[in-house]
Amino acid sequence: MSGQGMTLAVEFKDVSRHYGKVRAVDRVSIAIEDGEFFSMLGPSGSGKTTCLRLIAGFEQPSSGSVSIHGIEAAGVPPFARDVNTVFQDYALFPHMNVRDNVAYGLMVKGIARAERYARSADALAMVALDGYGERKPSQLSGGQRQRVALARALVNRPRVLLLDEPLGALDLKLREQMQGELKSLQRKLGITFVYVTHDQGEALSMSDRVAVFNDGRIEQVDTPRNLYMRPSTVFVARFVGSSNVLTGAQARQLCGLEQPFSLRPEHVRLARHAEPDGDSVCVPGRVADIQYHGASSRIELELADGLRLQASVNHDDSGQIDLPAIGDMILACWSLQSMVPLQGQSG
Amino acid sequence: MTANALYLRSPLHPLAGLLHRRSGLLLAVLLGPPLIWICVIYLGSLLALLWQGLYSFDDYTMAVLPQLTLRNYALIFAKGNWDIVLRTLAMASAVTAASAVIAFPIALYMSRHATPTVKALFYIGVMLPMWASYIVKAYSWTVILAKGGIVFWAVGKLHLLWLLEYLLGLPYIGGSTLSTSHLGRFLVFTYIWLPFMVLPIQAALERVPPNLVQASMDLGARSAQTFRHVIWPLAFPGVVAGSIFTFSLTLGDFIIPTLVGPSGLFIGTYVYVQQGAVGNMPMAAAFTVVPIVLIAAYLAMAKRLGAFDAL
Repeated sequence: MSGQGMTLAVEFKDVSRHYGKVRAVDRVSIAIEDGEFFSMLGPSGSGKTTCLRLIAGFEQPSSGSVSIHGIEAAGVPPFARDVNTVFQDYALFPHMNVRDNVAYGLMVKGIARAERYARSADALAMVALDGYGERKPSQLSGGQRQRVALARALVNRPRVLLLDEPLGALDLKLREQMQGELKSLQRKLGITFVYVTHDQGEALSMSDRVAVFNDGRIEQVDTPRNLYMRPSTVFVARFVGSSNVLTGAQARQLCGLEQPFSLRPEHVRLARHAEPDGDSVCVPGRVADIQYHGASSRIELELADGLRLQASVNHDDSGQIDLPAIGDMILACWSLQSMVPLQGQSG
Repeated sequence: MTANALYLRSPLHPLAGLLHRRSGLLLAVLLGPPLIWICVIYLGSLLALLWQGLYSFDDYTMAVLPQLTLRNYALIFAKGNWDIVLRTLAMASAVTAASAVIAFPIALYMSRHATPTVKALFYIGVMLPMWASYIVKAYSWTVILAKGGIVFWAVGKLHLLWLLEYLLGLPYIGGSTLSTSHLGRFLVFTYIWLPFMVLPIQAALERVPPNLVQASMDLGARSAQTFRHVIWPLAFPGVVAGSIFTFSLTLGDFIIPTLVGPSGLFIGTYVYVQQGAVGNMPMAAAFTVVPIVLIAAYLAMAKRLGAFDAL
């Protein structure tokens, strides 16, 4: 239990998981609150999936403790934990139809057939798959299988739902649609979602809080907005959104402060003439590349000392100058407040 | 450009072009020879054999006469002959059941728990006996099971001879010694055909994705429930595949019944005697229909049990 009297759904205290010499998870502490949509974000091999499996009970920590709803989880087998998992490739039972797949958790708990079929039908309705009960998983599309996997987990009314890259195998359009549905489902049911993804857009758009993993450690745990606006480390600045990361030496040259900084491309303005504003920095650069992104364009500038700086220009901004051409000399300006100081090395 | 020119100059160019345009022709060229083999030589010789069963046999002159009759097929159901069928069928069923019971845990361990090294050792252990001559193995078992052999010695050291005596005294199982009992014959059959059961089950279990087992546990199933509802149904086609081997191999075998066990013919030994010592080729041919019909019935039953659904 935490000091504030808030119930914690899942708590990691100094948890490590080693495979021989490899530290898949290295002294991680997390506190996931009850009813929270919590994402674990990181590149592959960063330890996020191992953390999920530690909660599910498929892995045991090498050291440290994992507790679920205040109860120490060590030694509790997966089938006795009040959590359910939506697997990355769904793991539907191929020899059972959709209804029996969804009712499986109820069947093994010995719930009578009539009730488990009724609850299975309700769960299928919840994921908009009424009437699909008789089909085999092989007769469903990827998106439908994903929904069945979700229904199969939710029918058990777990207090914590674990999702392991559940949208990874779907195409972009379907993924965006499912993101919205997952978020509204989580709001409606009020249960804790622990969501593992390597897609920062997914994590930012759905989560209440996000933990960013790198190399088995947590870099930062914060709300999506803070993660984006106030990244605390070089890794987070680079991984979440795109960012210009200025090394200490570069920062000293540009504005006299020797520390790594993050500067989001949308905070860089392009100007033909220096702005007479003491709060801003302006440096000249040559336009090296322009990428068109529809609503905006990404402009890559080459500064005098070879430093590359990205600027994002919105097309409908009336205050903006016209798009420059490749090779143009131009001024890149930003206010000092938009520079976020970072910890860690910027290699 | 050069490659293209080379291709055009090749003498096979018109042929390659033709096969490319007419993919049906390519299929016919590739599939034709094996299909001719299957239809003419493989099935053709089988039909010729069954046709032989319609010929007459003169018991006095011991000559095969080209007069067609159904008498040989009718004789299968005669009292003594039908006993042979039942005796063989019972042995094949018992061997199959025992093989499945012994093989499943081995296959489960190999596919789900063993490290690669241990698994390789198991593969060798299962398959090594198959490299040795079948006749030698059968003969060596007669030595193992003989009175004064290693089994009797070991049972005697354990002071369990009374148990062995009791087993050998049972009807349908026993005999005067192990090597002349049905029990001994059953042991040898099970030993010889066990690898044919282990390997298909192991292959079937290997194909069960590990995350299905995790999903089952995650949904609250205990190990026994996971086994019953997930592992067993998905491995069942492998058990059926293995049982087809053990069942049909026992049904047709004539060496082990000759060397081990009590007198009393098996289907295989009966066919062997009829075509050899007696020279009644038509009767031998007619009796060959029995295992064919039994296996066909067995496959139909397996299909009804859904054994091929997951294939």
